[in-house]
Amino acid sequence: MNKNNDVESIVIRLAGDSGDGIQLMGSQFAVSTALAGADFATFPDYPAEIRAPIGTTFGVSAYQINLGGGPITTPGDAPEVLVAFNPAALKVSLPMLDKGALVVINNDTFTDRNLAKAGYDSDPREDGTLNDYQVVAADISHLNLETVKEFGLSKSEGGRCKNFYALGMLLWMFGRELGPVEEWIKRRLASSPIMRDANVKALHAGHAFGETAELSANLAQINLPTAEMEPGEYRSITGAEALALGIAAAGELADRQVMFCSYPITPASPLLHRLAHLAELGVGTFQAEDEIASICAAIGASYGGMIGVTSSSGPGIALKTEAMGLAVSAELPLVIVNWQRGGPSTGLPTKTEQSDLYQAVYGRNADTPIPVLSASTSGECFDMAIEATRIALRHMTPVILLADGYLSNAAEPWRIPDISHYDPIITNPVPDNDDSAQRKAFTRDPKTHGRAWVTPGMPGLMHRIGGLEKDIESGHISYDPANHQRMTDLRTAKVDAVADFIGEQAIEHGPDSGDLVVVGWGSTYGPIYQATRKTDTSFIHLRHLNPLPRNLGKLLARFDKVLVPEMNDGQLTTLLRASLSVEPVPFNKVTGQPFLIRELVDKIESLRGASS
Amino acid sequence: MTDKLTAKDFATSQEVRWCPGCGDYAILKSVQKALAENGADPSNTAFVSGIGCAARFPYYVNTYGFHTIHGRAPAIATGLKLAKPELDVWVVTGDGDSMSIGGNHMMHALRRNVGLKILLFNNEIYGLTKGQFSPTSRIGTKSPSSPKGSVDTPVSPGQFAMGCGARFFARGVDTDKVGMSDVLRQAHAFVGTSLVEIFQNCIVYNEDVFANFTERRNAANTQLHLKHGEPMLFGEDNGSGISFNQDTWSLEVVDASTSPDEVLVHDEGNAIVARMLIDLHLPVALGVIYRQPAVSYEDSFYGHHPSRMERKKSVRDFIKGPSSWTVK
Repeated sequence: MNKNNDVESIVIRLAGDSGDGIQLMGSQFAVSTALAGADFATFPDYPAEIRAPIGTTFGVSAYQINLGGGPITTPGDAPEVLVAFNPAALKVSLPMLDKGALVVINNDTFTDRNLAKAGYDSDPREDGTLNDYQVVAADISHLNLETVKEFGLSKSEGGRCKNFYALGMLLWMFGRELGPVEEWIKRRLASSPIMRDANVKALHAGHAFGETAELSANLAQINLPTAEMEPGEYRSITGAEALALGIAAAGELADRQVMFCSYPITPASPLLHRLAHLAELGVGTFQAEDEIASICAAIGASYGGMIGVTSSSGPGIALKTEAMGLAVSAELPLVIVNWQRGGPSTGLPTKTEQSDLYQAVYGRNADTPIPVLSASTSGECFDMAIEATRIALRHMTPVILLADGYLSNAAEPWRIPDISHYDPIITNPVPDNDDSAQRKAFTRDPKTHGRAWVTPGMPGLMHRIGGLEKDIESGHISYDPANHQRMTDLRTAKVDAVADFIGEQAIEHGPDSGDLVVVGWGSTYGPIYQATRKTDTSFIHLRHLNPLPRNLGKLLARFDKVLVPEMNDGQLTTLLRASLSVEPVPFNKVTGQPFLIRELVDKIESLRGASS
Repeated sequence: MTDKLTAKDFATSQEVRWCPGCGDYAILKSVQKALAENGADPSNTAFVSGIGCAARFPYYVNTYGFHTIHGRAPAIATGLKLAKPELDVWVVTGDGDSMSIGGNHMMHALRRNVGLKILLFNNEIYGLTKGQFSPTSRIGTKSPSSPKGSVDTPVSPGQFAMGCGARFFARGVDTDKVGMSDVLRQAHAFVGTSLVEIFQNCIVYNEDVFANFTERRNAANTQLHLKHGEPMLFGEDNGSGISFNQDTWSLEVVDASTSPDEVLVHDEGNAIVARMLIDLHLPVALGVIYRQPAVSYEDSFYGHHPSRMERKKSVRDFIKGPSSWTVK
């Protein structure tokens, strides 16, 4: 990389020990990037252990950010800048880099002991390992400690400032203002003035080091263009933040309070934490004793007239399964969010996957259909939370919204929507006739099949609901064979009717017929978007997975081949094959890491090569 | 309400489908009567149940009712109570539903002190699944799943409740109208979780398992009806009493006529004595064994909520986050 580079976009990876403050440093860099007007996408990649043993490869925590003129839709394939805080971070990250990348390392950590812990037999700074890279080896720990010496901190306290020292260096490299980060430090550490001042000093010293080191080393300033973005007001947002706001917005649009009930689980907990801060929007958060209790309490809240919402990850969703059937049987609204993670069993809790599609669409006893949606980007979690609630209230059904671990933590710029542009969420009115209360409660809208939402406390409308099969009209318990057939048909028709309200499937880009279309769902949107752009390939991305949009079959039939890339073993492929007369080409990746653009480009090109 | 309701007003049109002679009929009558006597408003009352014979209860009470899934009624009722704290919420459960598959939810409802009236129909057997031993069955209970007798040590609902930090624990016998009426009135009035264990006779699978203390002809000698502030007396002409033996640190029966000063006076706020009363075998302690009021969970939940669950602001006020920028 030459001095004063002008580049379109750049991928930076920060890597160090779990306790090095990498995630904090990364998210602050993302905010400063946003304020400078660049587009970006981030990928926090951290271990399941809270503080894994220091210096080990499995304890490496990383934060990758792709920034530039955009549109940026992925955290980037190969980092062009790596900041490695220790040998283990270098060991883990180096294979991801292309030759020629800039590697910034913290010299002070390259001790014999740390090298051995990272599995290096010899020092990579000296044995030729780094020959193909540009290396800036700075004594970051030492320089930082010197900087904060005047504050009289202990060695470990002083050492904790080094992520801001390194951030100062990075901000210099990208010509960023120090102001916003400095203000953030001052707010965050307002209660401990010494640590506050030490961190601010480290930030400035790192920035000054960048300026000075430029004279002697190949650390160079990089000029990025600002992104071409639609005019409007923007913020940086993660999927968890967007989904929390979306749930609160759904409450506002429906003019109902929201009761969010969940049990802590990775990577779903950030949603609980976010919602706990949105209480004044009429949102309650209940941390239940287990996953089953959390969905049951949400069902209880829905029965009581609030919007019941629960959230978890695959293993927790499995525990909620029986209660989902109850909500289907009782015809109560409910939103179930699944932040998918690597599995089976405990699997890879902090790594992303989209392998719960079968679970969402098929994973219940009996014929128990539930509408299934998925969010494609962090920002889109807002709209999908509203859409899920709208369907739940319109059709009086539980709805599953699939997100994943990547979306939960990944930040991107988001154009702030105006809530007054959203249609209100309508609920089914209680019929005004002479029927018994029991019949009134089970009067259904002929188009949506949603029943009236009669809730305890309404005068004179006492009725009984439950998980036993009920008479289709009176709602009383019924074991009548013909009635069970009718009820089963009704539950199927209800979910099918959702397709009448969701509109037709659109094409993201590319022609609407041809040799190849790539079909994706969920968080693979970013890499598929880029790969199909680069290769001029048609791209369809699904947000509604059950039911599928009515026109999807016809749309796919116009293409010779349908490529379905997924972070699972072929679940959408199965679903499409079963639901439509198509025979997709699966492309599956289950490494716990998002797709790289070049993996998709290679696959598209090999398919097209084979067809021509 | 203009007219005072009667027990009949709390009956539904549904045919009651318990086995003829089941103790549940008597309990249903007592509850319907208690609702009327206590001035319950049917529109503002909900019965939530899990699975089992007892769980059919909501279908037969003309209030709001929700027959849910096995063991989960306390969790669903907690969500309902949080959504509608002014609602009168009852949970009907059995020994299998509450002490086995739903033990966890029972534990957390009790320790949170959610405003639920929980009626635990204890018949020491699984009825609806045809007679297997339950978590309250005594060791040696012969059943289809334990032909040579069960080996599991039974759980005591009362001790379980005390261990969970329950604030109200009472007991009644299914067919004892007077005792049930008193217990249901007090449980209904309690703010927080009131747990009532009802000894219920399953005439098909576990007949007369409680007969040693429920048979009327001998009830005076086998039942201790507790009243707060009154001496613990029982037997013909209240001739016997309960005293505390300081040598063995346990309760024992004494002759009330010869040693009246030794008879304990019931203090329902005393957790230590309550635990000893729960374990008393003959006589069996009935009535309100323990009551120690505390703030209810729903009151704490709303009290700590910044806007008492009201929507005081719009998403507009939060949507911008800590910092935003404008693209022109």
